[in-house]
Amino acid sequence: MARAFTPKVVTANALLEGDVIYQTASGWTRNLSEAEVLTDEADADLRLIEASQQTDAVVGAYLADVDTTEAAPKPTHFREDFRARGPSNYAHGKQEASRHV
Amino acid sequence: MYNYTDFDTAFIKERNAQFRAQVERRIDGSLTEDEFKPLRLMNGLYLQLHAYMLRVAIPYGTLNSRQMHVLADIADKWDKGYGHFTTRQNIQYNWPQLRDVPDMLDALAEVQMHAIQTSGNTIRNVTADHFAGAAADEIADPRPVAELIRQWSTDHPEFQFLPRKFKVAVTGSPNDRAVTRAHDIGLRMVERDGVVGFEVIVGGGLGRTPMIGKVLRDFLPREDLLPYLESIVSVYNLLGRRDNKYKARIKITVHENGLDDFRARVEERYALIRPQFTGVDQQMLAAIESDFALPEFRREEVRAYHEARQHYPAFRSWSDTNLAEHREPDYAIVTISLKAHGATPGDATSGQMRLMADLAKRYGHDELRISHEQNVILPHVHKNDLPSVYSALRAAGLGTANIGLISDIIACPGMDYCALATARSIPIAQEIATRFDELKLEHDVGPLKIKISGCINACGHHHVGHIGILGLDRAGVENYQITLGGDGTEAASIGERAGPGFSADEIIPAIERLVLAYLDLRAEPAETFLQTYRRLGLAPFKAALYPEAQANAA
Repeated sequence: MARAFTPKVVTANALLEGDVIYQTASGWTRNLSEAEVLTDEADADLRLIEASQQTDAVVGAYLADVDTTEAAPKPTHFREDFRARGPSNYAHGKQEASRHV
Repeated sequence: MYNYTDFDTAFIKERNAQFRAQVERRIDGSLTEDEFKPLRLMNGLYLQLHAYMLRVAIPYGTLNSRQMHVLADIADKWDKGYGHFTTRQNIQYNWPQLRDVPDMLDALAEVQMHAIQTSGNTIRNVTADHFAGAAADEIADPRPVAELIRQWSTDHPEFQFLPRKFKVAVTGSPNDRAVTRAHDIGLRMVERDGVVGFEVIVGGGLGRTPMIGKVLRDFLPREDLLPYLESIVSVYNLLGRRDNKYKARIKITVHENGLDDFRARVEERYALIRPQFTGVDQQMLAAIESDFALPEFRREEVRAYHEARQHYPAFRSWSDTNLAEHREPDYAIVTISLKAHGATPGDATSGQMRLMADLAKRYGHDELRISHEQNVILPHVHKNDLPSVYSALRAAGLGTANIGLISDIIACPGMDYCALATARSIPIAQEIATRFDELKLEHDVGPLKIKISGCINACGHHHVGHIGILGLDRAGVENYQITLGGDGTEAASIGERAGPGFSADEIIPAIERLVLAYLDLRAEPAETFLQTYRRLGLAPFKAALYPEAQANAA
């Protein structure tokens, strides 16, 4: 039996800055909480293809699992958690900088 | 130090101009990422977890103060005000933007530096003993030969697409500080009947299949070095596997074909190409050697040093751990610890870089070194200047007295930065250092090398740590495996796996149990962790790591 499809977001790195980015319905965001959550497999595959075609803006798009039990999507794997939050050795990085903007 | 010739300068300038155009073509959409990626990697530019990362080569770990100042300037202008020194004597910038990288490379070129061949399946930055040219135990300075190898390997047309990356390390001392036995080729200078030559070691490496290098030639005359190296790499280039990335390193080639077969092929190739080396390389080597002439050492009675040791306990403690014996009895080799307890191993702020540069200029004959253990070295300091050097370092947070001790930990960037990592390594290093600082046991424990890698690729050299820690992803949770008894010196050995891994919460208490067990087990305070391990084997340490298993078995 095929495994049930779990909710996902499209994520990548921005070409110019290298930042972690997530696809929204109309573009890209640096905050996972604003990402478009994809619950349908065919839809997710299509959105990933669309993202991958934006070669002048993004690099390495892929689908990442998210937990949708709360209002905003949350990572299910610790790697995605670090991508969303930045380095854990001390508070720095782009995510940290954006908190002060 | 080696100074670029006009040829070198023109070559770097042209490469940088090419890369600038390649970046422009990527940004304007003329190049896809698939097309651009090999080009950026050839110039040291990675895309990591959160950002681009630029890896800059520091050939054989040697820098002058001007170069260190520029590294600091680059950190301020195009990065976040710091740099990370790596286990391959490189520096990495963790936050550059794509558009800025060509400018960063031009700034590096101004001080004869670059990022070429710091990635890709080529011969990488040649590393060397970080005490080269200063160590009391040295036969000769290995850096002229390292520089010759660098010139030979840079843009070598035959070796731009090897089966896999290729790392060479050189040492001029019988005490191996360059981990030559864990490199694709390790060169150990040896003396026979008054003639200096090299022991050539091949097929060492860590990663998923750790292997200690094997001796291919026990004595190679110095003048035969380049043709012999070319023969080795040439045989590997054809024989090495390209069907499986994990079996592509030369260690596997040597292992699968056997050392004798590999040697026969190298000798056959050598017989063919040796006549092509007509001695030009030796003329170049002679010129390079004059660039590495010893500084003019100061003659002055050592007094201030002894007085400071007598009156200042903190200075005495630092000078006990952070100094090494210099070839001149009145001088010392200073290791500056980039391992303040709780800090990220190998990180230095731009301010710290400038201070170290200024100290090198004022007190250290304008030389700095980066060690594979992620510290900075001032190789030539007169002992009378040590108190001044120490107080300046201490004021900048660089006075930690822990070289060779439990908190002098090698840690790869791990999942805090690296896209390949399977777990974090830096926070584990931070917590171990903080914990043993709290326990005030560090100096009692004595020499102990902990090395941490955040994935199987082993950038943190965990296999050759007395205690090695490998971070893995086990079913979506960070898990840490411990290996014991590894050694990266001339008596190199691969650590033995102690048993099942520990979670991130369990690993620090586990290390603590291990180290406390060692204190109980050692025959006398002078017996190091490694000596105790070699005397007693794994069993008593395993018992300390897994008390529940012990209790269940009882």
